[in-house]
Amino acid sequence: MCQVDEEYNGQLDHRVTPRVSKKCVKCKENTTVLIIRAGDAFCRGCFKEYFIHKFRAMLGKNRVIFPGEKVLLAVSGGPASSSMLSQVQEGLSRDAPKKLRFVPGIIYIDEGGASGQSMEERKRAVAQLESVFRATNYHYHIVHLEQVLSLPSSVLEAGSSATEKPQTGLSYKAAVDHFIQTRKNQNQHPDFSVENAQSHLSSLSMQEVQNGVTSPITPEQTQALQRLFASVRTLTAKEDLLHTLRQHLILHTARTQAYTKVMMGDSCSRLAIKLLSNISLGRGASLATDTGFSDPRYGDVVIVRPMRDYSSKEIAYYNRMFDIPSVFIPGLDSKAQDKASIQRLTESFVTKLQTDFPSTVSTIYRTSEKLHTACPPQNTNTQLSAKCLLCVCALDTKLEEFSAYQATLISEQLSQRRGPGPECTPGTAAAPGSPPASSAGQGHSSGEGQSQGCETGEGDCCSSKEPETVDLKSLLCYSCRLTIKDMTALDALPQYILSEAERRRRSQMREEISDFLLDEEEDEAIPRVNGSL
Amino acid sequence: MAAPIAIHLEFGGGAELLFGSVKEHHVTLPNQSAPWDMKQLLVWIRGNMLKERPELFVQGDTVRPGILVLINDADWELMGELEYELQDKDNVVFISTLHGG
Repeated sequence: MCQVDEEYNGQLDHRVTPRVSKKCVKCKENTTVLIIRAGDAFCRGCFKEYFIHKFRAMLGKNRVIFPGEKVLLAVSGGPASSSMLSQVQEGLSRDAPKKLRFVPGIIYIDEGGASGQSMEERKRAVAQLESVFRATNYHYHIVHLEQVLSLPSSVLEAGSSATEKPQTGLSYKAAVDHFIQTRKNQNQHPDFSVENAQSHLSSLSMQEVQNGVTSPITPEQTQALQRLFASVRTLTAKEDLLHTLRQHLILHTARTQAYTKVMMGDSCSRLAIKLLSNISLGRGASLATDTGFSDPRYGDVVIVRPMRDYSSKEIAYYNRMFDIPSVFIPGLDSKAQDKASIQRLTESFVTKLQTDFPSTVSTIYRTSEKLHTACPPQNTNTQLSAKCLLCVCALDTKLEEFSAYQATLISEQLSQRRGPGPECTPGTAAAPGSPPASSAGQGHSSGEGQSQGCETGEGDCCSSKEPETVDLKSLLCYSCRLTIKDMTALDALPQYILSEAERRRRSQMREEISDFLLDEEEDEAIPRVNGSL
Repeated sequence: MAAPIAIHLEFGGGAELLFGSVKEHHVTLPNQSAPWDMKQLLVWIRGNMLKERPELFVQGDTVRPGILVLINDADWELMGELEYELQDKDNVVFISTLHGG
């Protein structure tokens, strides 16, 4: 059963083409055009209703989007996010009480710099998308990935959840009623009629076009970005890094433009693939937030995934049948081989399995629905240092006795060739794997508790490169460490990451030696702190 | 069929990358005694139109998993998949749902 080239001669029939009746299962009148799942055939009209209904049901079931909130739609141009955009338009345009009520904005991130596209190709893609966005009359922001190099380091801090959030006060239903009331009052004043608001918004977005497209990028920035990605050896790590940087950019835009929610267009199939590949990447601890409906890890900005119930097939058909514009933009892994990266391999595995066993994706999806975080996500007690620097999920690399992580480290130590250590003292060379852990202040039974301060101090003056790697690693979760490990030049990382890492290391060190610190004026304490500079 | 069949092909979702980034193609399938079916069409596309990387489009007898096929705007599963016999002026659409085209 688990062989590579197995033959099921005669035992397993190839999936028989379903002999469905030619009538739609829902209305039983019209001819069918599409099969969903394992044998439900729909006609055009019923499919459209089904599709639209699913979106609103998803938003209604998880009542996280309150009326009047500003929501940022992350559109990549691909089919799922374009479909999401059209659903939002559809939902906002209906009359009567059932319509969606939030204020949307659009963000598109131009990743051409990382995937090696030329400026003309990028401009063309951006122009195509801009025409789509303009037709929607919403604010839109076009951000180039190069801007990640000039982000402030505050983007890595988890914001506190907005204190004026209605959750603390009104319940969802009450908030909706309140909203309807205020709208009724507003409608009595012609100045604030909906049409005026719309035209006001669209005139704003016209102005914002200059702002929306943000500052033009310089070739040096593109080169710096390319250098960053060229320093990553494997495609897996590149994709991971790209994803992280993209999240940071979206988060930054959401924060500066006062959006409280971000909608991502991950479809069911994509999320199933993401679930499996995240496990392979070492992100098992944050599966619930990575693939669930809402992702509260950033605190003040919540990421929601309303498309998580749609399979890629449904989305592709809907886009085709109802002419939803979408732009295909080749990415890092276009035309890559099946085994080029973990993500790609998982995708081909799941898709192939899906053809023969059509319930694969939905099974994985249902499993992911059952995952919940064990502890409440907004832990005000958790200090900042307990979150991963890059992906802002809880650090899972606390070195406990007999944990799987400790076993991994020991294997790593044992399998490394132990030549003469670097210029540092034998004390540091003896534990290449554990400095990250011991300097994280665990004071562990590795027996180097006393010399912690000296150890890092000496390690720092030995070589200038060593501390960088050590410093970053102690601040990252397991899978981000693996990504960083694949990088050859850590200084190619954007400045905000490096400076935030520096800041956290300083505060960690201060904590470690806080017992040893005498008075602020004492000179003896200072050399220890300065030793890290 | 005796007469050659004119087919309108469309590629989307990234599949067009394999066909010179051209999304729409009008092709005329040459004469042959037996009627054209989808299986033969795929072989014909692979031989005459695919510029590169055939394994990203065709796998064995059928299309690669992840590529949807629409015949006259209807799911090809409803038409018999590979056994469907092509008629003149049919519209066949291939949409890739995979990440990398």
